[in-house]
Amino acid sequence: MMETEFWTTMLLTFRLAAVTTLILLVVGIPLAYLLSTMRSRLKPVLETIVSMPLVLPPTVLGFYLLVAFSPEHAFGKFFIDHFDFHLAFSFEGLVLGSVLFSLPFMVHPIQTGFQSLPPSLAEAAQTLGKSRMNILFKVLLPNIKPSLLTGTVIAFAHTVGEFGVVLMIGGNIPGKTKVASIAIYDEVEALNYDLANHYAFTLFLITFVILLTVYMINRKFFRSL
Amino acid sequence: MIEISVKKRLQGVEGTIDLKIGTTIETGAFVSIFGASGAGKTTLLRMISGLERPDEGRIVVDGEVWFDSARKIDLPPQKRRTGFVFQDYALFPNMSVRENLAYALEKGDDPKSIERLLERVGLSALADRYPSQLSGGQRQRVAMARALVRHPKLLLLDEPLSALDHDMRLKLQEELLKIHKMFGVTTLLVSHDPSEIFRLCHRVIVIENGIVAKTGTPSDVFVKDRIGSTLKFTGEILQISQSEMVTILTLSVGNQLVKVVASESEAADLKIGDRVQLVSKAFHPMISKIETS
Repeated sequence: MMETEFWTTMLLTFRLAAVTTLILLVVGIPLAYLLSTMRSRLKPVLETIVSMPLVLPPTVLGFYLLVAFSPEHAFGKFFIDHFDFHLAFSFEGLVLGSVLFSLPFMVHPIQTGFQSLPPSLAEAAQTLGKSRMNILFKVLLPNIKPSLLTGTVIAFAHTVGEFGVVLMIGGNIPGKTKVASIAIYDEVEALNYDLANHYAFTLFLITFVILLTVYMINRKFFRSL
Repeated sequence: MIEISVKKRLQGVEGTIDLKIGTTIETGAFVSIFGASGAGKTTLLRMISGLERPDEGRIVVDGEVWFDSARKIDLPPQKRRTGFVFQDYALFPNMSVRENLAYALEKGDDPKSIERLLERVGLSALADRYPSQLSGGQRQRVAMARALVRHPKLLLLDEPLSALDHDMRLKLQEELLKIHKMFGVTTLLVSHDPSEIFRLCHRVIVIENGIVAKTGTPSDVFVKDRIGSTLKFTGEILQISQSEMVTILTLSVGNQLVKVVASESEAADLKIGDRVQLVSKAFHPMISKIETS
């Protein structure tokens, strides 16, 4: 029984992180590209919004999300009426919260990657008759692979480790919203140190291996240049 | 025939410059744009290629309007047929030499044309290398070749040889000439090296303070008064020593150190560190050959 709950929680944790990271890739790449090419006066505003989760206490974001997710609120009601799902205390809500909370971890490395490329690369491609889309996929993205990898992994790892937002909007429903970081807190409160350690050590190990892999791959990439 | 008449306000290091360029370039010519750095040479090339937008004016190439502020025409860079060779070459690091060239192909183009082009510019042996595995001179040739893939109406070269050493420059100048003859494409070269312009170009456009200050053949523009002129150098005084009758100055001129004799009156107000002009009659200089080209 304990074992199955452990695995359910672990699986849920990584499913949340994987879905979040995938959505972040789709949202983060265009956003990072926009920010790297933007010259408008609105740029600092957009940058601030993207970076807010870095400094904001997770509970603040969690609190406002929880309010917004409530069926009494227009945003939460919209999802219930149109898609028939409740965002509060649900997996979907957790995904949305995690996407917002891990956004800077995906956007920043990719934006820095784009900005590190000489502008002449995109300009040369333009004079060769290529569209913006083509330039993005054929020229820019292939040359910032290390940044893409860094963004992906950090966003993933950060989602795995998220606690505050998840606790606020997800609660603690086994198999639905109970993720590893919450489970650790739970088990410690219940004085189940063994199980807490089980969770904690697994997270520790997985995070270590993921980061090590990234740094090793990046090192190889830079050597091959 | 290329007609350019554009205006643009530039924010430079030394305040604003109002760039106001009007000129025509005959088809097939090899023309140089000469001027101090920050004069707006590169901006002019970028405006022609569509990478930057003039404040107002017209750019017409072989009767095709590329830009006309009055008629609100502004073709994007993709639609203007220019080959642009950037100062840093802008080769795509993720593609091999062959892939860099092939990237410029349009749908329906014959991929074999790339092999022929590689052959013509002598890059076949390097086709599978990546830009990071090439020397500066090789990169320059790849950038040139890539700019030629689309058969541009206009080849724009932004100081393509400035990053190379002297010998490599001479070699690549020859190659530029060869390529220009081979493809016959109208070429605009930004340069601040008169000797390079002398070797390569039919005509030079001198830009000063944002306007065309002079235009003509390189010898018209650069060789002011023909014979009987003087050679002028500027140098810095490194040492002043008194001999019995005269003062001996040690000067640094270019990258040489020379000792020259100065009269007492000449030396009177000179001190170490002063910048001086050294003038000698060019009437009977000694000339000896160092190298056969």
